[in-house]
Amino acid sequence: MTNCPTLIVTVGLPARGKTYISKKLTRYLNWIDVPTKEFNVGQYRRECVKIYKSFEFFRPDNEEGLKIRKQCALAALNDVRQFLTDEGGQVAVFDATNTTRERRETILRFAEQNGFKVFFVESVCEDPDVIAENIVQVKLGCPDYTHCNTEDAVADFMKRIKCYENSYQPLDEELDRDLSFIKIIDVGRRYLVNRVQDHIQSRIVYYLMNIHITPRSIYLCRHGESDLNIKGRIGGDSGLSARGKEFAKALGQFIQSQNIRDLKVWTSQMKRTIQTAEALGVPYEQWKALNEIDAGVCEELMYEEIQQKYPLEFALRDQDKYRYRYPKGESYEDLVQRLEPVIMELERQENVLVICHQAVMRCLLAYFLDKTAEELPYLKCALHTVLKLTPMAYGCKVESVCLNVDAVNTHRDRPSVRFTNTHPLSMSFLTVLLHRRHPLNSSVNM
Amino acid sequence: MPRELTQNRIQKIWIPSKDDKPSMPRTSHGGPHLANPPTVIVMVGLPARGKTYISRKLTRYLNWIGIPTKVFNVGEYRREAVKHYSSYDFFKSDNEDAVKIRQQCALAALRDVKTYLTEEEGQVAVFDATNTTRERRDMILEFGSVNGFKIFFIESVCDDPNVIACNILEVKVSCPDYQDCNKTDAMEDFKKRIECYRMNYQPLDPDQYDKNLSFIKVIDVGRRFLVNRIQDHIQSRIVYYLMNIHVQPRSIYLCRHGESQHNLQGRLGGDSGLSTRGRKFAGALAKFVKEQNLKDLKVWTSQLRRSIQTAEALNVPYEQWKALNEIDGGVCEEMTYEEVRERFPDEFALRDQDKYYYRYPSGESYQDLVQRVEPVIMELERQENVLVICHQAVMRCLLAYFLDKSADEMPYLKCPLHTVLKLTPVAYGCKVESISLNVEAVNTHRDRPDDVKRGPSTLIRRNSVTPLTSPEPNKKPRIEGLDDTIIREVTPTQLTLCTASHTTLALSTQNLKKCSIECHEPPQLCL
Repeated sequence: MTNCPTLIVTVGLPARGKTYISKKLTRYLNWIDVPTKEFNVGQYRRECVKIYKSFEFFRPDNEEGLKIRKQCALAALNDVRQFLTDEGGQVAVFDATNTTRERRETILRFAEQNGFKVFFVESVCEDPDVIAENIVQVKLGCPDYTHCNTEDAVADFMKRIKCYENSYQPLDEELDRDLSFIKIIDVGRRYLVNRVQDHIQSRIVYYLMNIHITPRSIYLCRHGESDLNIKGRIGGDSGLSARGKEFAKALGQFIQSQNIRDLKVWTSQMKRTIQTAEALGVPYEQWKALNEIDAGVCEELMYEEIQQKYPLEFALRDQDKYRYRYPKGESYEDLVQRLEPVIMELERQENVLVICHQAVMRCLLAYFLDKTAEELPYLKCALHTVLKLTPMAYGCKVESVCLNVDAVNTHRDRPSVRFTNTHPLSMSFLTVLLHRRHPLNSSVNM
Repeated sequence: MPRELTQNRIQKIWIPSKDDKPSMPRTSHGGPHLANPPTVIVMVGLPARGKTYISRKLTRYLNWIGIPTKVFNVGEYRREAVKHYSSYDFFKSDNEDAVKIRQQCALAALRDVKTYLTEEEGQVAVFDATNTTRERRDMILEFGSVNGFKIFFIESVCDDPNVIACNILEVKVSCPDYQDCNKTDAMEDFKKRIECYRMNYQPLDPDQYDKNLSFIKVIDVGRRFLVNRIQDHIQSRIVYYLMNIHVQPRSIYLCRHGESQHNLQGRLGGDSGLSTRGRKFAGALAKFVKEQNLKDLKVWTSQLRRSIQTAEALNVPYEQWKALNEIDGGVCEEMTYEEVRERFPDEFALRDQDKYYYRYPSGESYQDLVQRVEPVIMELERQENVLVICHQAVMRCLLAYFLDKSADEMPYLKCPLHTVLKLTPVAYGCKVESISLNVEAVNTHRDRPDDVKRGPSTLIRRNSVTPLTSPEPNKKPRIEGLDDTIIREVTPTQLTLCTASHTTLALSTQNLKKCSIECHEPPQLCL
């Protein structure tokens, strides 16, 4: 996307959501294939100073403390340089308070020396409720406070914030008018955006303006078992089998029981997801972007048939399932690009149920659970199982709910042993055998 | 009891059927339901700050992605009411008669906004006027509240005298108000006009008075933005769009790949290589690009062989976009039109019935293409000089965006092989130059059949992606109390510069000759 690597620098008092934003942004950028890594200076500090005693460490007149903290920042910047110049990184997120102009100057000089673009993300918030909630959610459980009780931890942390307040120099419209930055005010109520330089910064700004922290859950599931599923065929546009219809009904009941406020329901434009949604008796929205991966020439074939007709293709797919594109079809990599607007809208929304397909669900899941391109195509997304994702602290809680309606298993594991000098064909052949032998794959007659 | 599903024959969308009559389902255009409630975008700013430019560009974009949008420019209502503009005195704040007229024009425009959003299935109305006082904005907020419309303000703030002078020269000096003036006088008068507004200008105040409003403040032509309280998806998309557009002069070159093997055989789709003539075109294109002597030209292709081979001949770096791939012909891929007519006669007929919405079985429709190609448009807005080497249907989509063509016209835009379209943004629209590189090729264009029977519409239109040409502005003022004497017809204002639908965009000439499509004088829209 950009030739010049980008250094994102967070700015803000403690408990303003900097690490939350850093981690989320990093997850998003990696998912859209921009190699990104976060460097949290607090962690470097914890490495350096094994045991945290109290807020005194952060007092502005604590010379020893200041020295250590500066060294940690420099150590982190060093690792940033390595990531961006030697390790193929594209974006580094430098997560620290960076509340003084002096510190930011140091970073700007560093970036200039190394040919990095700099983009600041400042979070400003004075709402005491939000700050208190942040402290409870992520500070109390952090290593600094493992041996503290809640009250003491909160009191100490509030004093810690105070240490930074006096020297805090927020980004200024005038003084910093030549810098590129976004100032996020009151958790997204308002934004000030200055001098967006390029595509990646524009995407980052768009993303940051769409995320929110209102509690909600995202439900992901596949359509009910389809006729083609039973036949062991991939793709196509078949309807639900009898068991699939049963699942749809069970899904309806499950949704009712969850008593979800203002649930939005999304489906693909394929018959099997729509039929599933129909059983819920609520309005739903069809997205073509949620259609299953296009298997091109392999559409509606069984894995065994693919293996016979296109043995080389079959083997190549197992070699790099993420980037492999079916002839005249798509790859997982293509899917991710196609699904990006869905993710963006999921970020904007609150409670949503997405009824989709195996490959699509793997892509969405990989985004929420921060899975790599390597892992993505092998994530387990069984039929007739709902995954409930609830954002929590810096990540996502996952609950898997099996709705107890039998279905075939459509999952193919990654070939377990990879011999680099063995012909790929033989390994893939093995996985097909295993796939066929699995008891749940038995045909309807059994 | 779950309802049975049938597949709509043109769009191939599964919908529940009751008694075999397809009911209205919901289809997505890449966003959630926008059905309720409609939005009024309210422009704010002194004259010559780009409000009308933003209004029209935004409207074009929203219509292209399928959101029915219309601009209501109060200046136009004023020109209808006051036949002859004499001088900036009209805009003095102590000119009571004029103040009254201006107020009535605003109200007339708002009445039309209401009609558009409540009775004409409009989704977004752009209220283009200075709206520089709190009093006026409060009145609009009240109007919105009473009618259940969301209000989103777009304020343009700029104090760079160069930018302002440039704006005045580009779009004010030639507007109807100044048709009897020379440039210098016009410029002088307009500057005094701005001063009339400046004294009473109350910019949006995010800290106090306006902190609960939803708005974006665009500062210094996009150097800085202040965004407050985005309420929903559409406002988020609007903000993203505004943050990506710029006013740097540049040109966008659109062309198709060179003639391909499949083209020669009359086959659709596929992934064949260039024919001999196609390769000749690629060479000619390379020469053409060199001659254009452009600073920093970016070259984009699809991921299909024929467009990449074409780019290869240019010997410059290029970027491949899967999103620029030709429309997927599904089961009809690689067939000739005759074969399609034989094997799938129904499909063949259906496509002619509604070529925009028609989706090939297991393939795509133009409607799908628009959604697929939207990120390309967004990036084209960000970029400067770009050459896009793509395909017939894709090029039609892109062209429809730049030239504000409707869904109806899009699939019939002429994009012949071996012809480059050079688009240069100018004033409120786009100048188009069609350059044929003088290498013979087959003609792949199929005109709209005359005898097409338009069947009863079973199409799903609500909330689907349906590019609409930005509607013509309203002419008739509904201003009570003013003279109903004969209104001299004003030249119809074209919202785009090159719209005459009978104008073919492709001109194949014998010699390499630049053929400029007529470029109307910038539409006369000022306050």
